[in-house]
Amino acid sequence: MDGARINRALARLASEIVEENHGLTDLVLVGIRRRGVPLANRIADKIADLEGKRPPVGILDITLYRDDLSTVGAKPIVSGTELPGDVEGRCIVLIDDVLYTGRTVRAALDQLIDFGRPRRVQLAVLIDRGNEHRELPIQADYIGKLVPTKKSEIIKVMLTEFDEDEGVVIVERPAAEAAA
Amino acid sequence: MRLLIANGYVIDPAQGTNTGKNLLIEDGRLVGLSSHSDGVPEGAEVFDATGLVVAPGFIDMHVHLREPGHEYKETIASGAAAAVAGGFTTVCAMPNTDPINDNAAVTRFVIEQAARAGLASVFPIGAITKNSDGTELAEMGEMKDAGIVAVSDDGRPVPTAGMMRRAMEYARGFDLPVIDHCEDKSLARGGMMHEGHWSLVLGLRGVPAAAEEVDAERNCLLAELTGARVHLAHVSTRGAIEAVRRAKEKGLPVTCEVAPHHWTLTDEAVSDYDTNTKMSPPLRSQDHIDALLEGLRDGTVDAIATDHAPHHADEKELEYDQAPFGIVGLETAVGLAMERLVNQGVISLERLVELCSTNPARILNLEERGTLRAGARADLTILDPELAWTFEVSRSKSKSRNTPFDGFTFRGAAVATLVGGRIVYLHPDYTRVIESHRAGTFVS
Amino acid sequence: MSTNFKLKHLLGIRELSADQITHLLDTAETFLDISKREIKKVPALRGRTVINLFFEASTRTRTSFEIAAKRLSADAVNISVSTSSVSKGETLLDTARNLEAMAPDCIVIRHSAAGAPGHLARVCNAAIVNAGDGAHEHPTQALLDALTIREHKGHLDGLKVALIGDILHSRVARSNVYLLSKLGATVSVAGPGTLVPPEFAGLIEQGVRVERKLEDAIVDADVVMILRVQRERQTEAFFPSMREYAVHYGLHLSHLSLAAPNAIVMHPGPMNRGIEVSSEIADGGRSLILDQVTNGVAVRMAVLYLLAGAGKQNGTKRTPAGKNGAQEKKERSGKLFA
Repeated sequence: MDGARINRALARLASEIVEENHGLTDLVLVGIRRRGVPLANRIADKIADLEGKRPPVGILDITLYRDDLSTVGAKPIVSGTELPGDVEGRCIVLIDDVLYTGRTVRAALDQLIDFGRPRRVQLAVLIDRGNEHRELPIQADYIGKLVPTKKSEIIKVMLTEFDEDEGVVIVERPAAEAAA
Repeated sequence: MRLLIANGYVIDPAQGTNTGKNLLIEDGRLVGLSSHSDGVPEGAEVFDATGLVVAPGFIDMHVHLREPGHEYKETIASGAAAAVAGGFTTVCAMPNTDPINDNAAVTRFVIEQAARAGLASVFPIGAITKNSDGTELAEMGEMKDAGIVAVSDDGRPVPTAGMMRRAMEYARGFDLPVIDHCEDKSLARGGMMHEGHWSLVLGLRGVPAAAEEVDAERNCLLAELTGARVHLAHVSTRGAIEAVRRAKEKGLPVTCEVAPHHWTLTDEAVSDYDTNTKMSPPLRSQDHIDALLEGLRDGTVDAIATDHAPHHADEKELEYDQAPFGIVGLETAVGLAMERLVNQGVISLERLVELCSTNPARILNLEERGTLRAGARADLTILDPELAWTFEVSRSKSKSRNTPFDGFTFRGAAVATLVGGRIVYLHPDYTRVIESHRAGTFVS
Repeated sequence: MSTNFKLKHLLGIRELSADQITHLLDTAETFLDISKREIKKVPALRGRTVINLFFEASTRTRTSFEIAAKRLSADAVNISVSTSSVSKGETLLDTARNLEAMAPDCIVIRHSAAGAPGHLARVCNAAIVNAGDGAHEHPTQALLDALTIREHKGHLDGLKVALIGDILHSRVARSNVYLLSKLGATVSVAGPGTLVPPEFAGLIEQGVRVERKLEDAIVDADVVMILRVQRERQTEAFFPSMREYAVHYGLHLSHLSLAAPNAIVMHPGPMNRGIEVSSEIADGGRSLILDQVTNGVAVRMAVLYLLAGAGKQNGTKRTPAGKNGAQEKKERSGKLFA
């Protein structure tokens, strides 16, 4: 998947989101750190192109809500959460780059609910690695591209905000890591 | 019974002996020196001392044996065993027991217990004042009759100059040296380590060097006033060394001792709050150590004394503030002296013997000790200057384990200790003597 | 940002690197936000146990640690031990071994004896956090002070900080001197001659300016930190009276005109108003004393999170308490030689 195809997928996601939510009323896009954040902003820009108005964008940092604290690196980095205003009664679209086991989304939902009671929460992802990997009953409402993968593979999403290149590639997990 | 210490190198500063000689012992007394080439006298057993230094028995004039009163820390028997294991044939027990040795009854008790243990000779030191509280003189005359060799209030230094003057004047009448732990308590103010950079870093209350020096100067002035023999215990600061040096230049009867930990460790050793670095006087900074080394070298320092101060592990396990002062030292003193003084070229072996034997015997008037003169007691410390060994506190003979030197390695050790002609100790890492003894391989 | 925080215990600032300090501050900054939410709680330390072991009364610090633990969903247990009972009761190490047997993840300790937290760290597998030990260190206070300065000045590098008062007995002063100098600030100190030892100048490699007069320390200072004066210092003859202290060593409005424009004033609390600091300053716009309290919670959250939460994956296995002690001692003994 190259930059142009990512762009087309995001445009489609933007229009689906607007259509499903009947416009922008109460709509808030929330990107999950890190790569969900630029994706949320890009989708918001595309919605602005379509509707003439940009929906508010928030950021969730799920570090403090993870269920695997003791297996992450030796130096967890907490970057902070920023939500635009109250989430009470709003329609929240969580946005992330890849949907895999569903655990990140679980953490994001828990955190979101600590901020209030949204009317509805939906999930948009650029890549869905397929149902077979899911460890929790979580599905995406909007999918950029379904990419069935093996457990031994890693999906790398590169965005110019963080990476040199733009694109999505599948790489083999290094042998040592796969064994572990 | 005759024993020939053969093929050794004999050092006896009291006679100016420093040469390869055989030494004959008969019935616990020294008979005299003979040449290596002379034969083995009729019926004598032989101790092969090839490559070893034979010296008059070492005397530690400052130990705490805790009996009576604190037998869970040390007993006279366990302390005496530690003494001979460290190469000391004679130790002097400080009076801060419970009860305090401020009367002849306690003095006699200590002497009896030591006789029962039968290892090192133990000479008690009596208190200067009753209960060591600095107000009334203790019965020095009676204690002297019972066997004390000096007086001291040890860790509770005589607080006022006036009282110290009386003590010196009175002790002079019995020719007893007055030993003072120099510490002005109003300056020490509950301090628990040397006052300086590290006390600031660690947030521990410091004892300034001046606390020792004020008292050292006072005692030197009073020695001049009274003419009494004054001995400053465990001197640890440059100023105190200088006070003694000046007093000696004036010809005053002032002597002093230094403890091995004070020339080995700086106050930086306290930095992880190991309570085995807490003692009084405290570990000082490098500048003070340099002054001690100079004093050891130039003769200002008269004696090496350990200030052996056993404490139970439970007491030393407390917070630094609350842990008691003091470390055990009998079994590491010779190692630290060899490693840090002799091997480093600070002093010669001859000077080491002077500091550990000749001078303590002179200061304490122990006429039959500190020399290899014919007729003297056959108390010997036999050193192997080359033996490499590691001190393991778990093998210590003391009842207590409070030392910062566990695991330290040394070159040079006391390998055999003879008291009254009897071998009371052989170093565990040292097997050569026993083997050759057993094999009977001695050739003249 | 470096990726290796690697800190098992927080015993003092002296042994931390600038990177570690910055990481602690950055993390604390993100936690500030949690205290502003309606639900002031995140599940990060759910199921972890934090014991607040206080041998010295300190409502403020203890409460701050307790709130920090609870906002991270840890279970916080407070134990207050009066020091007077220490002599007849069990020893610190016995207490520690007993607590250790209950498998806490973190023990926060306040003790009047310098070195007590390090003592604990040698026998406990739990992460030990020093909440103030004697006159040694008070690392979380220095961190919250730094966070407060950073909030107002944007950085610490190049700032001039004046510390005023009882430097000799102050763990806050020591921790602050280490932290400020590691992050590039310069420090001057002033106070009564009895309470400001000249040797303090050599506490750190970069040096501390030791001044006799308050004014000389405060000139051009961007930050003025006032230390609390203890009444018992008067009976110990460190100064003649509280009144004289207030006149000669208390911070007055006139002093602030010497400081840099927009200088800020800090105090670790609790304050003796009218003694070390005049009320006009304490309540004035330049005083950040309450900001410090707010930041205290965030800093302690960061410390607990990074130690109690992340401490375990550094390969530390639970071993019977104290087993390593003898081994460590041997390794240390070599460097003891003068």
